[in-house]
Amino acid sequence: MSSRQPKTSRRDLLKALAAAGVGTALGPGLIGRAFPAEVVVGVIYVGPKDDYGYNQAQAQAAAQIKKMPGVKVVEEEKVPETVDVQKTMASMIEQDGAVLLFPTSFGYFDPHMIKMAEKYPKVRFAHCGGLWKEGLPKNAGSYFGYIDECQYLNGIAAGHTTKSKKLGFIAAKPIPQVLRNINAFTLGAKSVKPDVTTTVIFTGDWAMPVKEAESANSLIDQGVDVMTMHVDSPKVVVETCERRGIYVCGYHANQAALAPRAYLTGAEWNWITPYTEHVKAVMEGRPMNNFLRGGLKEGYVKPSPYGKAVSEGARKNADAVKAKMVKGEFVIFKGPLKDNTGKTVIASGAQEIQTDVALEQMNYLIEGVVGKV
Amino acid sequence: MPDTAMVLPAGSAVASPVRGNRLRRAAESIAIPVGALIVAMILFGVFMASIGKNPLEVYALIYKGGFSSGFAWQNTLQRAAPLILTALCVALPAQAGLVIIGGEGALVLGGLAAAVVGHAAAGAAPLATQIAMALIAMTVGAIWIGFAGALRHYRGVNETISSLLLTYIAIALFNHFVEGPLRDPASLNKPSTEPIGEAVMVGHLPGMDVHWGLAYGLVFCAVCYVLVRYTVFGFALRIVGGNVRAARLAGLRVGWLVLMSCALGGAAAGLAGMVEVAAVHGSANASLIAGYGYAGILVSFIARHNPIAVIPVAMLVGGIGASNGLLQRRLDLPDATVLVLQGIAFMVILAAETLYGRYRIFQPREK
Repeated sequence: MSSRQPKTSRRDLLKALAAAGVGTALGPGLIGRAFPAEVVVGVIYVGPKDDYGYNQAQAQAAAQIKKMPGVKVVEEEKVPETVDVQKTMASMIEQDGAVLLFPTSFGYFDPHMIKMAEKYPKVRFAHCGGLWKEGLPKNAGSYFGYIDECQYLNGIAAGHTTKSKKLGFIAAKPIPQVLRNINAFTLGAKSVKPDVTTTVIFTGDWAMPVKEAESANSLIDQGVDVMTMHVDSPKVVVETCERRGIYVCGYHANQAALAPRAYLTGAEWNWITPYTEHVKAVMEGRPMNNFLRGGLKEGYVKPSPYGKAVSEGARKNADAVKAKMVKGEFVIFKGPLKDNTGKTVIASGAQEIQTDVALEQMNYLIEGVVGKV
Repeated sequence: MPDTAMVLPAGSAVASPVRGNRLRRAAESIAIPVGALIVAMILFGVFMASIGKNPLEVYALIYKGGFSSGFAWQNTLQRAAPLILTALCVALPAQAGLVIIGGEGALVLGGLAAAVVGHAAAGAAPLATQIAMALIAMTVGAIWIGFAGALRHYRGVNETISSLLLTYIAIALFNHFVEGPLRDPASLNKPSTEPIGEAVMVGHLPGMDVHWGLAYGLVFCAVCYVLVRYTVFGFALRIVGGNVRAARLAGLRVGWLVLMSCALGGAAAGLAGMVEVAAVHGSANASLIAGYGYAGILVSFIARHNPIAVIPVAMLVGGIGASNGLLQRRLDLPDATVLVLQGIAFMVILAAETLYGRYRIFQPREK
């Protein structure tokens, strides 16, 4: 139908890759010239940009890079994880001239982003949360943060605040990333009061506002007095906690404005760190960093400022642990650690540091968590 | 509703007035929706102007994003492809007077069945595997929607409600299997079934960046159109849709016709699920639950449940979807903007339904 539509065969792709390799070898000057004066960056969200959660955290970083000189940002929200997102990526490239894309939802990675990266070898694709590995296109990559560090700090604040010693966790799906947060939160709380329990409710999907509100109410009725969550938009859970008079720790972004009384602290992404790295790499003509990971130390995550309800002792305790994490001296998952069926999951003396692949495959809930994977 | 008011002029042996009357009817069924669309565009333009955007610029971008170039057209067609099939899931039962809104359930279960067969048949000839996947997906979809039809016919359960509730059950079953017994252990943070493998994937249409799902949809539409318009089966179906009592009195097998129309519709939605697995995702996972089944309801209603009209309407909806991105990117409009446009367009088009038969110029002449 169209002659402008690039038809990339495998051979073209190999040629392009070879050319890219030569270009890199010739130095940044040549690559730099290949890009227009203005760097167009496309950001794609699976939900609304102002969801007080996952998408807002990404949009905040996008808003910040928008201010960088020579950068233009184009955004598209509520793009489903179907062929639609492939077309959105292609449109940003063909119609807006984007040279760097941030497809931010987990489900965009495989097959959608990989396919587009193969089709447009000159464009860079930086994905949030995926697991880039050798063999995947070099113009694609992934970034993610060790947010369980902040969930551990959430747990410390919750442990100090709870009177009923019953905590609640509203989670979307029992997948490794989520289980890691539930376990880190519980470990943090148990470091303060060893006999606290965390009751988990899985809602089954990432954005189920009605079910999330029902789950929050049901947990509160069971005596839970501090809650946190891992869903795309924590808004309804945070609001429910404020209304029902219990306390809450946030997730993804800062929800303090929704619950001025109830908000203790929160585990926030600080995506500006990887965003800046990728944008600068394009502007300076450096090759793409395919695998970016970091925690508090590297500036990928940050805790929300403490709310009024957090006691002096809790602040001191959490700040001390945070200081250790920033220095890289704190290990969350270390033995002896048992799951909630009594099985030992990390032996005494062993420890799993943040880069350990075992953590990416977590399939258990630790002792003290009430719930089933 | 289907064209039940097909009034044949008395003494239609004379050829020319019949042809003239057909032309008039065709003109009516084009002029009214197009007129409605223009009214909708004016209303939406007023809305855009009221929030300080230039309506002409907005329409220029919609045209550019959805219809201006080869790239835009392929974008539009790709987005339209799944809607064509899911719209048929509404349009076919509608011939028999049923309002089925459960295409989403047939789609996800059809996709799941296709993924299972595709993986199990690993190593077989790709074409044979693809055909097997399509057949199983259509069968599962047919049974699922057929069930809603059976509840209606044998138990008097409202098919609109039951098909919607069946969708919730379908999605729950789908999630249970994808996250449980059928989960690929390697799919850590995005639970999926085992991949069907690159060799079995259905590719793109030759020379286009649009997958084969579009062709399946077009063929399905054409077959259904012929079936409904030019066969005894289709005629009987439309009699059931027009007046069930009259159909019974005439000795038609109402139950069988109701079940068949539901099964055919379900097969179309099931095939849409197979296309999602075989042409896009490569396995069954939660990305299949993308709302195509629900979007198909709108498409079918706008198309007045005419299997051929489904095609341009799906393209219109696909085109608006394609432009959505450009509107967001260029004018910083929120995603909800096109929902407003779609909402206004659908309300006006449905309201315009009442205009059929009101204009003398479109009415049959009897001489």
